[in-house]
Amino acid sequence: MDSIRLFIDFGSTYTKVVAIDLDKEEIISTVRVPSTVETDITLALDEALKQIAESTGIGDLEKKEALACSSAAGGLRMVCAGFVPDYTSKAANHAALGAGAKVTGCYSYKLTEQEIREIEAAAPDIVLISGGTDGGDEQVIIHNARMFSNASDAISNIIVAGNKTTYDEIRSIFKDNGKNVIYTGNVMPEVGVLDVTPCNREIRDLFMRNIIEAKGIARAKLIIKDVIMPTPSAVLEAAKLVAEGCEGVSGMGELVIIDPGGATTDVHSIAQGQPSAGDTIIVGLPEPYLKRTVEGDLGIKHNIDTLIQLLNGREVPPGFPDIVKGFHDGKLPDTEEEFACHKLLASVMVEVAMERHAGKLEVINTPTGEKLIQHGKDLTEIETVIGTGGPIVFSDSPREILRGVLFRKEDMFSLKPKKPKFYIDENYIFFAVGLLGQVEPKKALNIAKKYLKRI
Amino acid sequence: MKKVPTIITGTVGSDAHVIGTKVLSRALKDAGFNVVPLGIQVSPEEFIKVAQETNADAILMSSLYGMADLDLKGFNEKRLESGLGDVLLYIGGIVGLGRHDFKEDEEKFKKLGFDRVYPPEADLDAAIEDLRNDLKAKNKM
Repeated sequence: MDSIRLFIDFGSTYTKVVAIDLDKEEIISTVRVPSTVETDITLALDEALKQIAESTGIGDLEKKEALACSSAAGGLRMVCAGFVPDYTSKAANHAALGAGAKVTGCYSYKLTEQEIREIEAAAPDIVLISGGTDGGDEQVIIHNARMFSNASDAISNIIVAGNKTTYDEIRSIFKDNGKNVIYTGNVMPEVGVLDVTPCNREIRDLFMRNIIEAKGIARAKLIIKDVIMPTPSAVLEAAKLVAEGCEGVSGMGELVIIDPGGATTDVHSIAQGQPSAGDTIIVGLPEPYLKRTVEGDLGIKHNIDTLIQLLNGREVPPGFPDIVKGFHDGKLPDTEEEFACHKLLASVMVEVAMERHAGKLEVINTPTGEKLIQHGKDLTEIETVIGTGGPIVFSDSPREILRGVLFRKEDMFSLKPKKPKFYIDENYIFFAVGLLGQVEPKKALNIAKKYLKRI
Repeated sequence: MKKVPTIITGTVGSDAHVIGTKVLSRALKDAGFNVVPLGIQVSPEEFIKVAQETNADAILMSSLYGMADLDLKGFNEKRLESGLGDVLLYIGGIVGLGRHDFKEDEEKFKKLGFDRVYPPEADLDAAIEDLRNDLKAKNKM
């Protein structure tokens, strides 16, 4: 039995466990039980492990080795504060999202008292401060550090990732201040250069060491080995592995993962996003190779009103208003009409989320002919699109929903994938692939490729 | 003794019309400024980096091919992040395409963060006088 490994995802709604046989590179069982984060996270964990044990015969040894990720207790909530919106604020935002955080606010320029009160009220798990290139502007980041040093205890963890020249002064500002302040590399060390990796690492590290403790998630360590990252981060790790491959196993190439859910829709792209057409100029901050966006207004349960607006006059199935109200109250689709409504809403979520994630083209006429200007990533040549998340996986026509990601002639300046192959993560194992990938990348990749279903 | 102001010159982006920036650089030098001539086809990022390294007081860009606004997309934001918000920024030449009012160009470039905008027929001595006055107003001369 020692070839069995367990992987756990503590979600806000469900606690999921996947049991994988490493020798056979097979999933032997998956279970999900309602989460119990509000009371004691170990209750649901015990129940899920009991169910897994019944079907697989695993014992304490496997439990002690289990690794987990978590998006429970609100996930990892962050606020970013940079200088210019299109540069260091955006760079900080990319860094936070790439580390699996939920960004509840993104601020620019010198913060005001009013904004500090707002951030205190939001009480994020981590505040990320950026501003200035290395050797560049010093005023904004120092001002903002000072503002946070005077903020209430609602703000306790701070990561500084800006102009390194200011760090000595910022250190003296936070001296004996009682806040946990971490200094890392600048997210934009020079103009137009994005460097989120050191910051990503500090965010995850802080998550593992402090945040899960504060949220009561660390209690799970009484039973399992560790909770090592936020769930979106595990999904991004899996996506990277599946795209790039590892020694001895080839990957699937650049790809997009789309994950519509109850409250948000996540899009991950593992792609350079370089222009596919010649004579294109890229403007703005380069976007990260591992890019994640989270659309907080696209959730099938929590944002029905926005979704209805986005339908924009499309034909709706009979009984639509009552049915969607049911979704809002937590009902899952059952009848044919309900499935039709669910499908329609999921398609809109996928379409809009992809549009916001993908880059845009702008055409400018010059004396030497047309010039193309690209903002963001060109994803038109992407060959693989993977769907995950309830609304896609449990739909009777996932392909139809996924078609929302496609490039459209009517909207030719939105750089969405043109001819991708579609896959779904049917068994909801992507998080487990990301976790296993940290220790056994080859096996994790084989399992991912085996269980991704082409549709 | 007062500091000699450092001025960076060059044509921005894809423009390669070298005469204007050469004449300007020479005139600035003759007027006693410390000039850092970057020549032609200087990227906006290059202007920023050299300005940081040389602790420059002003950047005087030239452009004659009419598409400087394209070359300068996002330039103002980049220079702010780079801590160069206090550096004077001038541009001169043919900075817009087609026949239209120079006032429109001037307005457009002022929005991009430029302190002064000059048409092709501008008088060099008058521009250098403007520069002196602006530097004095910032206590840099």
